[in-house]
Order: sequence, then C-alpha cells, then structure tokens
Amino acid sequence: MKTLILQGLAVLGFVFFSAMFLVWWERKVSALIQNRVGPMVVGWHGTLQTVADSVKLLLKENIVPSGVDKLIWWLAPFFVVVPPVMAFVTLPFGKSMIVRDLNVGVLYVASMTAICVLGIFMAGWGSSNKYSLLGGMRAAAQIISYEIPLLLSSVLVVMETGTLSLQGIVEAQAHGWFILKPHLAIAFLIYLIAATAEVNRCPFDIPEAESELGAGYHTEYTGMKFAMFFVGEYTSFFIVAAMATTLFLGGWQGPFLPSFVWFLIKTYGIIFVLMWVRWTLPRVRMDQMMSFAWKVLTPISLANLLIGGWFMVNA
Amino acid sequence: MPMTNFDIKNIDPEKEDNLSFEELIVNMGPQHPSTHGVLYLELTLDGEVVLDCRPHIGYLHRSCEKIAENRTYVQFIPFTDRLDYLASMNNNLGYVLTVEKLLNLQVNERAQYIRVIIAELNRVASHLISAGTLAQDLGAYATPLFYCFRDREKIVELFDTLCGSRLTYNYMRIGGVKNDLPPGADTSIKSFIKYEREKLKEYDDLLTYNAIFLSRTKKVGILKKEVAINYSITGPNLRASGVPWDLRKEEPYLVYDRFNFDVPVGEAGDAWDRFKVRLEEIEQSFRIIEQALGGIPEGNPTVKINKVYKPAAGEVYLRTENPKGELGFYIVSDGTTKPYRNKIRSPSFSNLAVLPELVRGVNISDAVCVLGSLDIVMGEIDR
Repeated sequence: MKTLILQGLAVLGFVFFSAMFLVWWERKVSALIQNRVGPMVVGWHGTLQTVADSVKLLLKENIVPSGVDKLIWWLAPFFVVVPPVMAFVTLPFGKSMIVRDLNVGVLYVASMTAICVLGIFMAGWGSSNKYSLLGGMRAAAQIISYEIPLLLSSVLVVMETGTLSLQGIVEAQAHGWFILKPHLAIAFLIYLIAATAEVNRCPFDIPEAESELGAGYHTEYTGMKFAMFFVGEYTSFFIVAAMATTLFLGGWQGPFLPSFVWFLIKTYGIIFVLMWVRWTLPRVRMDQMMSFAWKVLTPISLANLLIGGWFMVNA
Repeated sequence: MPMTNFDIKNIDPEKEDNLSFEELIVNMGPQHPSTHGVLYLELTLDGEVVLDCRPHIGYLHRSCEKIAENRTYVQFIPFTDRLDYLASMNNNLGYVLTVEKLLNLQVNERAQYIRVIIAELNRVASHLISAGTLAQDLGAYATPLFYCFRDREKIVELFDTLCGSRLTYNYMRIGGVKNDLPPGADTSIKSFIKYEREKLKEYDDLLTYNAIFLSRTKKVGILKKEVAINYSITGPNLRASGVPWDLRKEEPYLVYDRFNFDVPVGEAGDAWDRFKVRLEEIEQSFRIIEQALGGIPEGNPTVKINKVYKPAAGEVYLRTENPKGELGFYIVSDGTTKPYRNKIRSPSFSNLAVLPELVRGVNISDAVCVLGSLDIVMGEIDR
C-alpha cells in the first residue's frame, strides 16, 4: 500500500513537473525559431516562469459564465487531465521503472489518450459559446478520425512482438529498434502524424485555431481550470511521444547511460521535432484534415499492415 | 444551450428527414485575433460553412474628414498618418500632392526623388506586414509574422533616422519634405535591399511554395476580374485578379515615369495570387528605389515651405497608388486657409466591401484567409 502511494505521488510529481518543463521549453524553442529570446526574467533563463504563471493561475478568480451547463462544464477539465495521468501507470520509464506492467499496455494507453476527446467535447458543449462549440465539434471529429491510423500503426508492432505489454515490446527491441525495419519505419511516420493530430498540435491544431475560433473549446475557462487544460494537453503530448519511443525507438534501450535517461532523451527528442513542426507550418483546413485522415493515412496504414503481415509470415 | 430542437424521442426511423437544422450566427469581432483591428463581422453559419457575412464598421471612427475642415492645410498632414497607419508616408504623399495641385506648386527635383524612395520603402514595409499577418491568420503561429517584422524593423529604423518617428512620420511637407536624406542613407538603403532580396527567397521556401500554404490559399476567395472592377477594388487585390492597373504607370505622378518597372499581375485572383503579387511588388519597389538612388539630383528638398497656405477657391481631386490601393483626396477650397471639404477615398473601404461576395459558401477557416489576403486596415476604413 505504502509503495503504491509513493508510486502514485511520483507519477503525479513527474506529470506536473513535465508539463511545466514542456511549457517553458516550448516557449524557448519557439523563441529560438522566431529570433526572440523567450522568457528571461523569472529564474535562470526564465526557468521559473511557468511556476510563476501557475501561481498566478491558481490565485485567479474562478469565473463561471452564465448559461453554462454546470455539471458538464465543471467535469470537463478533469476528463482532460485524469486519463493521460492514468496512462503513466504502464509507461516503461526504465528497466525496472514501471508502476504496473499491464498485459494490455498498448490498448490501455490508447484508450486513456482517447478519453481526452470526451473532456474536450464536454468543454465545447458545456461552455455555451459558439466558438467553443465549433472547437469541440472539430476536436471530436479530428481525434476519432486519427485514432484509427494511430492504432493501426501500433498494431503492426504488436504483430511483430506478439505481446501488448509495453515492457515486453521494449525487451523485444534489444537487438535492433523497430524503426530500422522498413514497414515499421512507415508505421512510425504514420504514428507521428496521427499523434500530432491526436494531441491537437499544429498543423492539426484545428480545435483551438486561435485565428479562427478565439481559443476554441477552452475559451470560457479561467484560472486553474484553464491551466488544467494545459496540463492535460502537455501530458497527452508527453504520452504520445513516450509511446512512439516505446513502440518504435527501443524505449529505454541504449548503451552506457542509465535506462531512464535514454527513455527521456528519446521522448524529448520526439517532442522537440513536434515543436519544431508546430512553429514552422501553417494550419490545415478542417475538410483537408479529415480527407487526409480517411483517404491517405488510413489506406496507407492498412496497406502497410498487409505488407508487414506478409513479411512476418514469409520471414 | 439548445442548438437544434432535436429530440431523440421524436425520431421516426422510417422518415429520412428527422433532424431540423438551425443557422448559427457568430459575431466575429470587434475583438477577434484575425479581424485586423476593430472590424465586426456578422457571420451566418451552417455548421462550419459561411452562408452570409455582414461587415459592421465604425468602431475606429475619428471624424478625420470633419477635423480637416477646422485645420489649416499644413495642420492636417499628421492626421493623414493615422489613416493607413502601416503606410503613413504614402498617405502624407497623397495629401501633399493634392494640396500642391490645388496651389499649383512646383516641387524641386530632389524632393520628388526623395518622396519616391520613401514612398516605395513604406510600400515594402506595408506588404511585409500583409504577408506576415496572412500567414498568422492561416495558423502559422507567429513565426512568419516575426520574420516579416524583423525585416520591416530595418525600414522603420531608417525612417527613424530620417524624421524621428517610427510609425506616424509627418514627413512630407507641402512644397517639399521635412528633412534631406541623412548622411549614409544611400548605403544603408542599398544594403537593406541586398539583405531583403535574400530574405524574400526565405519567404518563398517557408510560405509561398509550402504545400500546406498552397492548399490553404489556392482557389480560395477567387475574385473575378469583373467583380473586382464592379466593386472598385484597387491595388494589389485588383492586379491579382489580372488587371494591370497601377497609377504609377497609368497616371504617373512625381517622377515615376522616369523609372523602369513592371506591374505584376495574378491569374486566378485567389488568395495565393494576392499574396504573390504583393511579394513581387516588393521586388519592383526595390528596382524603383535603386534607379531613384542612382539618378537623384543635388539640391535642397526643404526650400520654400510656408506655414500657412491660402489657395484660391476651387476644387481638386488627386489619387495616388498606395500599398493597399488607390488613395484619393478631394479637397474643396473656399479661398480661406482651411479647406471647405476634404473627402478621402480610402482603398481598404472598397476592398472590404467585396468580402461578403467572396466568403459566401466557404469554410470559416477560409473566410479568415480571404479577409487576411484582402489586407485591410481599419484606420482608413473608418477614418
């Protein structure tokens, strides 16, 4: 029981630390890309800026706009934060650093990240704001569409290893990362694109679409509830990057350094690539995004599944 | 919030049309990230598709034209800065040229050359902002915007050394200009042109031929030639629709007839063409500036500048090619030191008027893109 509580606290601590770090890092990366310096005032190179921002958000007045659907509106931030935190349970951070090695790990993480869409849609529906509603609708359509190529590309890894346990998948990559095999490399690319859409990041940040919808589904939220959307977003972001690492990049496998260091290096590497994309590309349009999911990504991942299966049978 | 009167109990599986739909009216603005100022668009939506769009203006109205009636001719120059505040020099120029025509005033050659150089530099600055904000409206998260502002900054610094201001310059004078070019301006303008030509290639890589950018702007908001003329669209928006109409060529003012430059035109008249035409006009402006710097005569551009003018009774209309389109001043003089009437024809006003025509039937994302590509400035719409 005691260890369970300790593990829970460790996960929670990591989640919030990671979200804060990612916000700071994102601001620094964007500043680097945009010829700016980014936050510089609070702490060394602005490292404590997110802490200061969190304190500010904690102290802010909690405004409940009139006309909101109270129950749905209050519950939405929790639906965005809690599921990704729960996904941490089965993430293999290191050789023995895992809370519970579930035998349905892949399925579990995928379902947890998919629940977030419920929270986003609840926020959009409950806010009694037309922009939020449009954002929520967009989010529902987008995340459900991209779930399919995301899972289809993960299925290939499961076929390769014959296990759904994440620790088992990492151990199966001891003699070579899966990304080195051609059909799995394609699956990795599909996974990365679908994951970008899954966590609503540019060029697929359509639910938030600042220049079109104000801020989309979280327009009406203030203070800590607003911050929770951010924590949820960055936690989901970490989860999809960690899953890409685990499924395709050998997880914590690597020479010399301790295993969890390798895991973090690879995960933050993927996060950096996604940030880079975000701060460079314009946003795609809703219908373009949907047709890309259904007419391009899904057929390619199905074909890839077939080819991969053929390889496995014949090799 | 009841969006539709949809109730699961009323569904009859035999009937096809169980759902009833309602139109959604969204008030976009006057506080919205991509309405380019205090513009209020009343959008009627069917889901995400825009059925109708009604622009409401007037949130930035400052009675510029009425103020003009109570100011002397010289005193009104700083008010023109606030019309299209991204191209203050061009507004100054349009106004002083009109008053000079009213007074039959001859301006010496050096002042005319300086005016051309400064006006073209300001045109470049205005087009840079237009390119950056369009990319921002398309969701490119401020990166292209910052790049454009970085380059515009160099022009603004140059104007700062020229007249001491960064945004509202009040530089043109009736009969000349405020100051001569500062020492070393020649080399700094030339080095800026060299620098910016490199950066324009970067914009092409980052935006113009980017697959996402192309898919968002090509065939979006097509403005047909006839529609453009009927709505009296001018400037790059008209040229993007394929009409090679540029006042610098058609009715040359100042010394524009001495320079060799092209008028870039688009083909389809879509958002991409409007963007591309602006980028190409930057290059043409550079050509004009280089020729003007090469042929600029010696002299004192600040000679014979009075504080008060008293034109004879009469009226005058003059239009100039502003970065946004044709800026016209219609001034009626009753023989006193103040004009009887000063009517301003602003290009953005007409350019905005065509917006409902372009956004009917498109996605809300495209409506934002079309508005961004029309490049309006509220300062001169509301005046």
